[in-house]
Amino acid sequence: MPRRDDIHKILLIGSGPIVIGQACEFDYSGAQACKVLREDGYEVVLVNSNPATIMTDPEFADRTYVEPITPAFVEQVIARERPDALLPTLGGQTGLNCAVALAEAGVLDRYGVELIGAKVEVIKKGEDRRLFAEAMARIGLETPRSGYAYSLADAEEIVASIGFPVVVRPSFTLGGAGGGIAYNVDELRDIVTHGLALSPIGEVLIEESILGWKEFEMEVMRDRNDNCVIVCSIENFDAMGVHTGDSITVAPAQTLTDREYQQMRDASIAIMREIGVETGGSNVQFAINPADGRMVVIEMNPRVSRSSALASKATGFPIAKFAAKLAVGYTLDEIPNDITKKTPACFEPSIDYTVVKVPRFAFEKFPGTDTTLTTRMKSVGEVMAIGRTFPEALGKAFRSLENGRMGLGADGKDAFDEERFDRYLVAPNEKRPLYMAEALRRGRSVEEVAALTHVDPWFVEQMAEAVRYEALLRGRALDEVSAEALREAKRYGLSDAQIAHLTGSTEAVVRARRETLDVKPTFKAVDTCAAEFAAETPYYYKTYEDEDESAPSSRRKIVILGAGPNRIGQGIEFDYCCVHAAYALSEMGFETIMVNCNPETVSTDYDTSDKLYFEPLTFEDVMDICERERPEGVLVTFGGQTPLKLAHALEDAGVPILGTKPEAIDLAEDRKRFAAVLDELGIAYPPAGTATTLDEALEVAHRIGYPLLVRPSYVLGGRGMVIAYSDEYLRRYIEEATAVSPDHPVLLDRFLEGAIEVDVDAVCDGESVYIGGVMEHIEEAGIHSGDSACCIPPFSLGTETVERIKAHARALALRLGVVGLMNVQFAVKDEQVYVLEVNPRASRTVPFVSKATGVPLAKVAARVMAGQRLAEMGLPPEDRELGRFCVKEAVMPFGRFPGTDSVLGPEMKSTGEVMGVAEDFPSAYAKSQLAIDYSLPDGGTAFISVCDRDKRAIVPVARHLHQLGFRILSTSGTARALKAAGVPVEVVLKVHEGRPNVVDAIKNGEISLVINTPFGRETRSDGYHIRTAAVQHGVTNITTLQAAQAVVQAIEAMKAGRLSVIALQDMYGDGALR
Amino acid sequence: MNARRPALLALEDGTVFEGVACGVDGEAAGEIVFNTSMAGYQEVFTDPSYAGQIVTMTMPHIGNYGVNAADMESRGVFAAGFVMRRCSETASNWRAEMTLREFFERFSVVAAEGIDTRRLTKHVREAGAMRSVLSTVDLDPASLVEKARSSPGLIGRDLVAEVAVRERFTWGAEVPPDCELPVDTGVVPVRPKHRVVAFDSGIKWNILRRLTEAGCEVIVVPPTTSAEEALALEPDGVFFANGPGDPAAVTYLYGTLREILGRVPVFGICLGHQMLSLALGCSTYKLKYGHRGGNQPVKNLLTGRVEITSQNHGFCVDFGSIGRLLPEESGGLVLDPNDLGAWVRAGVAPVVASERFGRVQLTHVNLNDMTVEGVRALDQRAFSVQYHPEAAPGPHDAQYLFGSFVRLMEGETDVFAMPGGVGKEA
Repeated sequence: MPRRDDIHKILLIGSGPIVIGQACEFDYSGAQACKVLREDGYEVVLVNSNPATIMTDPEFADRTYVEPITPAFVEQVIARERPDALLPTLGGQTGLNCAVALAEAGVLDRYGVELIGAKVEVIKKGEDRRLFAEAMARIGLETPRSGYAYSLADAEEIVASIGFPVVVRPSFTLGGAGGGIAYNVDELRDIVTHGLALSPIGEVLIEESILGWKEFEMEVMRDRNDNCVIVCSIENFDAMGVHTGDSITVAPAQTLTDREYQQMRDASIAIMREIGVETGGSNVQFAINPADGRMVVIEMNPRVSRSSALASKATGFPIAKFAAKLAVGYTLDEIPNDITKKTPACFEPSIDYTVVKVPRFAFEKFPGTDTTLTTRMKSVGEVMAIGRTFPEALGKAFRSLENGRMGLGADGKDAFDEERFDRYLVAPNEKRPLYMAEALRRGRSVEEVAALTHVDPWFVEQMAEAVRYEALLRGRALDEVSAEALREAKRYGLSDAQIAHLTGSTEAVVRARRETLDVKPTFKAVDTCAAEFAAETPYYYKTYEDEDESAPSSRRKIVILGAGPNRIGQGIEFDYCCVHAAYALSEMGFETIMVNCNPETVSTDYDTSDKLYFEPLTFEDVMDICERERPEGVLVTFGGQTPLKLAHALEDAGVPILGTKPEAIDLAEDRKRFAAVLDELGIAYPPAGTATTLDEALEVAHRIGYPLLVRPSYVLGGRGMVIAYSDEYLRRYIEEATAVSPDHPVLLDRFLEGAIEVDVDAVCDGESVYIGGVMEHIEEAGIHSGDSACCIPPFSLGTETVERIKAHARALALRLGVVGLMNVQFAVKDEQVYVLEVNPRASRTVPFVSKATGVPLAKVAARVMAGQRLAEMGLPPEDRELGRFCVKEAVMPFGRFPGTDSVLGPEMKSTGEVMGVAEDFPSAYAKSQLAIDYSLPDGGTAFISVCDRDKRAIVPVARHLHQLGFRILSTSGTARALKAAGVPVEVVLKVHEGRPNVVDAIKNGEISLVINTPFGRETRSDGYHIRTAAVQHGVTNITTLQAAQAVVQAIEAMKAGRLSVIALQDMYGDGALR
Repeated sequence: MNARRPALLALEDGTVFEGVACGVDGEAAGEIVFNTSMAGYQEVFTDPSYAGQIVTMTMPHIGNYGVNAADMESRGVFAAGFVMRRCSETASNWRAEMTLREFFERFSVVAAEGIDTRRLTKHVREAGAMRSVLSTVDLDPASLVEKARSSPGLIGRDLVAEVAVRERFTWGAEVPPDCELPVDTGVVPVRPKHRVVAFDSGIKWNILRRLTEAGCEVIVVPPTTSAEEALALEPDGVFFANGPGDPAAVTYLYGTLREILGRVPVFGICLGHQMLSLALGCSTYKLKYGHRGGNQPVKNLLTGRVEITSQNHGFCVDFGSIGRLLPEESGGLVLDPNDLGAWVRAGVAPVVASERFGRVQLTHVNLNDMTVEGVRALDQRAFSVQYHPEAAPGPHDAQYLFGSFVRLMEGETDVFAMPGGVGKEA
């Protein structure tokens, strides 16, 4: 059956900002869908609020709307574009929910838009646990025993029949938010109360606990002829009880007999049919009782998912691409297999390697939160590793995590909590695999470790084999280790760094020894078919075998190093830049070679570059690729910190580094030398100093004066950074929070309180500089730039100031010898412009600047790095009028980490971003807020409580809110200031003043807006309780004065009905894009 | 860890692979083939069709869930030897009764691990299936290559006699001869609706389980049983099984089939499909490296639907050699009966004329390489498939064919519709 000709224009809805549980895998799937639908001649209209996505690049769709994913905005898009169909299954839960809301509101019927891929009834049957359980019963499949509760009393009644422990799952929440496992009545009350509040329909499922059972996932595809294939089976290393997004997972399933596997396959297909997924991909989760093989169905997702992205990368079978083709009428047997080109997509991939996915957590960013892994997802990213065997892939995955570790322990960095050692084994947690390996090292048996962890004994045995191999090396001199033993060690996945640690050597010596003994890696292809057919698509992984398949070409080639796992401070933005580099270099005629280990990304789509190596970004792994490929250059400045930290070692090993030299990067990072550069250029910077002891720190503090920005010398995303206002605070920070030593000095900068922060992204070719964008931050300096909102063009800075900023940026780029991208952070205080820092590499804001201005900065930079001149590119003038404001706003994950404070500071905590576009700043800001919270309060009660510093400036904000019809509630201090200014205000008690107090009011839903600015360090204070309650109850929560001012303007813009939609393609005019 | 015992695999073209023994010490000669199934190694290892072959598993970890009696596909191991990347030391599954290593010991199997099975697979793919020797005793490459060159190979070789039963028995009522482990017979009907005589040429037990579960009493007979002996058992249908070796060499079996054809309904699987096709007058040929795995897409031309199938065959039927095309029976199309891709694209099941047996229809085609996967003799109540609808290991998509056989025995003609109701027989 060929494609449908009765539809021409298709609307796709993306997944919005990166949040925990919904990351860039939906950019990967959405970008694939856009590409394939357009190739087929359909017109594609896209809505996605996330500017850092590849899919929102204007060339990916015919009409691109970077707008909030709310029914109201999408309806505006529908009204303007009049699409024939809406494909809702590629934008995660957000896209699906929005599509359902549009269908239920009658919008789709009104405009004659057909839902393709999944109908509303199907989505509901898949998502509503009751309908799902009924459907399963109809086809004879078991689900865990359960009941629905709408109150605490219901929940207790259900537990009386099932017994503890029980799993509580709120209905219709993302990534299982609000769910948990209750072992006793107290926990039941907590989780149920919270879950009922979070569930949009006030419903929770109370379910029989199947903790400790084996968990499996099946990725299924079905076409409209009812052809069904299983793309991949995935086995969870962690037993039931840990969210699959937080579990280590393995593909293909390893411990199922064919009988069990086929039972699961039959069930998966039966579920597709029963739920009624006519076309596309679904994910089905199962649990199996390891004692007797009893199988129950956990859930199914009738859409592409994180697991389907993983399955696509694990097998080479592009699920999202095919799902889009199936949605427009193709059948599986009509679609060719992308990798073999000769065989059809209607088959089931067979893989001859082992894939391991390991989640990446960021608990260090959220002190005070529970780090136990539960049914509620907490990880912020993931890595995937491919090896021939499980131990090899596991070792590779653990050195891919970008946490400083070089494998599963035995790397010289092992440190264990001896007192609570077994608790780390029993309760699922991020470090558990390291404790398991250590327990085995200490001679504990496979049976015991398996029993304590509920991890299948086969996995534990595999770990034990690797550990036994470590023991053979441990304490032996490297030159006593034979070639055979060294090769076997590599086959078990041990890194050079681990072997160096075990043999008391260094990584470089191990590498040299391998060279001498000819223990060299081989690269094998990922080909969907276990080598049964020849592969046309070059997608590789490294292993130690006889035959190498990588077949390097003799073309001019460039290696692009990716960004590794998503984590806070390093997200999709860097992947975006790497993808653009691949596109630009390919256009210039280079062969592009991507190296990355993040399965969620577009960069690891085998379509993105000419060649893909799915490998960890360590020196060893990258060097192995460079030695094989002999590239003309390696691009290290687009993938954030991950590749940047390899620059020196690669350069020293003779690998040509493209663009800005590592020496220039050092110059910008070395504070003393950089200060000298600024002095030379006559550019101001905040006074600063360095200290290696407490006394030195106090001495510096007294010389520079408080407040001070204090941080450890090596930071990523502002880790461990604070603002100190006093000796006492500084002393506490240095004593408690950091291990200061001569090797690890502390940096102290004068903190420019109340200054406006400005970011600039620019490209330099060594001769001239192109300023991509000047971004004025909404929050004042001191809030990490990744967490603050910002606007292009500046909305309050004077022209002269902006010109001075640009001039400084130009001078710096030329002086530092930047060739490629550069980001400069400025602070403007009292008309004076200070440079805070310079990063001669791609920054987090590059995609936003590109979307806002229409100039693809990363592409421009990549071309420059490959030798082109800016003057040759015909870029639009820097000073052109944009005619609109673009606001970028950060998305915070506080809702996921109960107990942690939601206050912003110098340490970055956001997971993602959105963009709002409008003709005026307030409207653009309003859109950015709507894109995150999906609503803005338009009335009700505003609670205002600010620190003394802000008391004067809050008055106009409060007056404005009052004029907009808000009732104002304040604590005594703020109320006094407002009353004095004549703003009507009512007083509410602080938490410690008695009951009922402000937290009660928040919990009772009486407050629609919270403005609460903190001062200094006031952990567990009133402010903490207020903000935490606001986060929990989903109340708009503002923690800075500047944001408060912007939000009030935004509310006004929204109430005035000024928020319309605009397509990127209309925004740039005759502009810059090609 | 056990002491490493080296093993060598030598191919007749001189290629040698080094590995480590994980079975018993010894030497085995056979045709080197590969299987891409990711689960079900035990079913593969006990499939008699692998007699005379050394089987490489492309799945790197083998043996993870151990071995159990219920998953046996025959009384033992008939393949010459096995090659894999990693053989598990332990077994983890609630049904496991022994480790794979213990199983190899128990059945005296020569096997090797630690081999670059992907390189081996690619080599077989490129150079074709060939003779080989796997040894843990002779570790001289030159000597082993020589032994491989002088080993018999599969062409023209009848291996059926080596694997088949020598005495008749009724599945479920009697224990199959020479069984050491307990047999899982599946659910045997108390009052069977039909009696089937199954010619054993190396029959996989899951075929017997599926037939009995479909309501049949199954009498398994030796391959040399004559047509008259078989028909004397008063069967409602006769089944021809899978089996090893060169189909063209098993002349007596398709001779018997030819005598039975038209007298009772006939169903054939794998070698049984080749037997039916040879009986209908076609020729067979050897594929370059065969189909062995659980992921082969097969299109049912009568329903338009694709089945993901389990396969294990090195020889193939040449449909065009049966006779001339009957365009009036083939949707009015005049296409080359050998160009199976053209018929798949047209969505039509072509019919050719067999000299002796009337109209023969092509029913199933492999979408990977457009080779014949199923035929039926429209005038003889007989059909067969090249692949394994009984799975074990592999997907159950084609299980409907056992129902088709039952319906054929019940006098229906429209027997090929798959469950689910989407496809409708033309």
